[in-house]
Amino acid sequence: MELNTLWFILIAVLFTGFFFLEGFDYGVGILLPFIAKDDRSRRMVINTIGTFWDGNEVWLLTAGGAMFAAFPNWYATMFSGFYLALLLMLLALIVRGVAFEFRSKDNNPTWRKTWDWMLFIGSFIPALLWGVALANIIRGVPIDQNMNYVGGFFNLLNPYALTGGLASLFLFLLHGAIFLNLKTEDELREKAKQFAEKLWLPTLIFMLLFVIGGYFATDMFTRLGINPGVIPIFAGLSLISVIFLMKRNLSGWAFIMTGLTIVFSTITIFMGLYPRVLVSSINPAYSLTIDNASSTPYTLKIMSIVALIFVPIVLGYQAWTYWVFRKRVGSTTHLEY
Amino acid sequence: MDVLILARWQFAVTTIYHFFFVPLTLGLSIFVAILETAYVRTGKDVYKRMTKFWGKLFLINFAMGVVTGIVQEFQFGMNWSEYSRFVGDIFGAPLAIEALLAFFLESTFLGIWIFGWDRLSKKLHAATMWLVAIGSNLSALWILIANSFMQEPQGYRLVTNAAGEVVRAEMADFWALVFNPHVWVQFPHVITSGIATAGFFVIAISTYHIWKRSKDQDAYQKSLKISSVYAFIGVLLAVLIGHTQMQHMMKVQPMKVAAAEALWDTEDPASLSLFTVGDEEERKDIFAIRVPRLLSILAFNSVDGTVRGINDIQAEYVQKYGPGNYVPPVAISYWSFRIMVGAGVLMVFISLYVIFLVLRDRFDFKPWLIKILLLSLTLPYLANSTGWILAEVGRQPWIVFGLLKTQDAVSPAVAVSAGEVLTSLILFTLVYGILMVVDVYLLKKYAIAGTTYTEDHEE
Ligand code: HDD
Ligand code: HEM
Ligand code: HEM
Repeated sequence: MELNTLWFILIAVLFTGFFFLEGFDYGVGILLPFIAKDDRSRRMVINTIGTFWDGNEVWLLTAGGAMFAAFPNWYATMFSGFYLALLLMLLALIVRGVAFEFRSKDNNPTWRKTWDWMLFIGSFIPALLWGVALANIIRGVPIDQNMNYVGGFFNLLNPYALTGGLASLFLFLLHGAIFLNLKTEDELREKAKQFAEKLWLPTLIFMLLFVIGGYFATDMFTRLGINPGVIPIFAGLSLISVIFLMKRNLSGWAFIMTGLTIVFSTITIFMGLYPRVLVSSINPAYSLTIDNASSTPYTLKIMSIVALIFVPIVLGYQAWTYWVFRKRVGSTTHLEY
Repeated sequence: MDVLILARWQFAVTTIYHFFFVPLTLGLSIFVAILETAYVRTGKDVYKRMTKFWGKLFLINFAMGVVTGIVQEFQFGMNWSEYSRFVGDIFGAPLAIEALLAFFLESTFLGIWIFGWDRLSKKLHAATMWLVAIGSNLSALWILIANSFMQEPQGYRLVTNAAGEVVRAEMADFWALVFNPHVWVQFPHVITSGIATAGFFVIAISTYHIWKRSKDQDAYQKSLKISSVYAFIGVLLAVLIGHTQMQHMMKVQPMKVAAAEALWDTEDPASLSLFTVGDEEERKDIFAIRVPRLLSILAFNSVDGTVRGINDIQAEYVQKYGPGNYVPPVAISYWSFRIMVGAGVLMVFISLYVIFLVLRDRFDFKPWLIKILLLSLTLPYLANSTGWILAEVGRQPWIVFGLLKTQDAVSPAVAVSAGEVLTSLILFTLVYGILMVVDVYLLKKYAIAGTTYTEDHEE
């Protein structure tokens, strides 16, 4: 396989991993103010993701670094182009990151409430914006012949992109609610289940709208055909199965299924994109592709060697963390955050 | 205001801010790991209390390092898209490797360390802190490999377009990038300054508790003993390596040295300025105190030796790179260098004096000494910030030395407007400012609460 394609796939894998993992901790962060009313249970909710969130976020940092290394033009065009949106996302991630550490460090109720809302906002904005970003990438944005984005901020807020944003928001919420159901006990666990069951239908609807919107707004269907293969179908089936699994209290399986929905949807989008990395709405010839945006074969080769050695190691020790902290957070658990 | 100025300000603000927290992370991660190892070895509870206490402060500081780091990862693309296109083939690699090798290690094992006190064996738990320390310091290594490329480009090849203009730099040799001689003076200097920073942090807080006669004197006296040695080793090495770094800089960026010394004209033997008020426009001194021959001695370890002045190098660069102004802001370079070196020298003496006292078990510090030790916590922070200001401002007008000018590196106006950059500059400054206040408040609160404070969240 050509190295450019390999790196396209690797970056897709990094984003997929990122959405799968950070997806649930965004979801938990958004649910926090609604699902847990007293301080003890809020802390329990936060502690379910306390161990994991930073490790999950590094998936994004690695994806960003990999874009820079493998497709510098993609990195340059996208992040200078989506400037204000990215700024908003960064600010959200900043307040979210410190909220974990700071919240429990003072007993003052106003202090704690403030950080609760920071956690909420800091999770809500990225969960929404990721869908908006992906939808825009695949729909196409005004990119000129010099690979510069010329569209401004509001151009990114078109109806299709907003549908995408709602779809990702609800999918992450559902994923997060099921995660909470898996990781807590008693009352919280019960509540998480109720939330998950309530969230399922809107998630399904927004995902459907996103697919239908894709038919009109993107060239996915013309490029991949009306029957683009089994992957999007799998995405749909996994999402549908969630409600049945939840009804039977098989939340482990339900979690895997929302995870698979995320995985298959992300793969579908990247498949629709390939071999482009950023679609130009001005002229298809201006689109950034895995060829005109990429680094040299030499750099790609070096990076491939590094990735093939270290990605498995990282996967290994991250899996080990989830194993060490597999227990539910219960009333007797010692809380750190 | 134009995008260029704003983008430069923004980069300066966000990186200096990031580097406000990073050195402490670098040094304190190792320090905490050492303490926890002592606990595992001796089984003494005092080491556990020390580990937890300094570990807690480490975490509060770490959180800020992480969130300010996220911005760093993306702002090359946001504000410096032309730069990203120009050097991406080379510069992206160490950044990606940093995330893959260092950030994952650091963040994953820190999570385990925080939550793993009663789930892992003592040894395994201490090992996770070592992994965090290794991760942090590895991250410094890879980011400095990237930065070193900007200071002293190595292992690259230039690509020209049909019109013969240079359009981008490509990686020709990965190992030349990694074993760039600049890395191997810069990396040890940064690591040792991190150690010095952590050392002075622990000295100041321990002194405070010894002064206040807080409970658990044993822990603070032990902390002070270890940290004074730690700080001394760190700062001594930082100074020695800094000296080597300056000598190296003489060869690769003589203009930076000339600016750091405010040396307008070439001298042989060269004198060292102790205090200069100069006129940057006219390129001459208004008032100066200079020590004869000292600069030659420092630069070449010999009483003679030509140190080239700004005017001379400017003339050479015009020949070499075409017309233009190749002189960086002299006053900033000059004063930041003076502050860093001054702070370094002070820190050597202070840490040495503390060692001298505590090794003889004298903890009855006089009030003036207590004041000095508390105030000296500002020194490493001053040195760290001014060191970077010298390194980066002194490189101007280049962003990548000799290859790309800063003015050609900024995102083009069609993509990023001045208003956008201004918005982000204001918002980052504001949010960072608020968080700084909060962070200092928490650090202070937990530092004062001391080792015997057990959190009681349930109130
Ligand atoms: C506690 C911190 C500390 C102390 C005591 C010193 N430095 Fe430093 N210095 C740094 C912390 C630092 C730094 C923040 O870590 C920098 C910024 C860039 C770098 O490589 O390290 C730096 C940069 C830096 C540079 C610029 C390198 C470049 O342009 O790439 C030089 C020439 C020196 N230092 C030299 C010295 C000398 C001669 C010192 C002797 C007293 C000294 N430093 C003490
Ligand atoms: C964390 C410590 C660092 C600090 C405090 C720092 C400080 C600064 C400052 C003050 C400037 C503005 C200079 C000017 O415009 O006059 C600057 C510019 C810049 N630095 Fe650094 N820097 C740091 C590390 C790095 C590293 C590690 C890299 C690259 C890997 C880097 C890349 C840049 C770039 C791309 C610019 C913008 C262009 C320029 O103005 O030259 N910096 N930095
Ligand atoms: C300008 C270029 C830089 C970039 C792109 C960058 C990027 C980042 C990012 C993304 C993080 C967060 C990692 C996490 O989530 O765990 C981070 C943290 C960190 N960075 Fe930077 N950084 C830069 C400059 C530096 C420099 C110059 C150093 C050291 C010399 C450094 C050392 C660290 C360390 C030790 C951490 C870990 C924790 C902490 O910051 O307290 N960084 N950096």
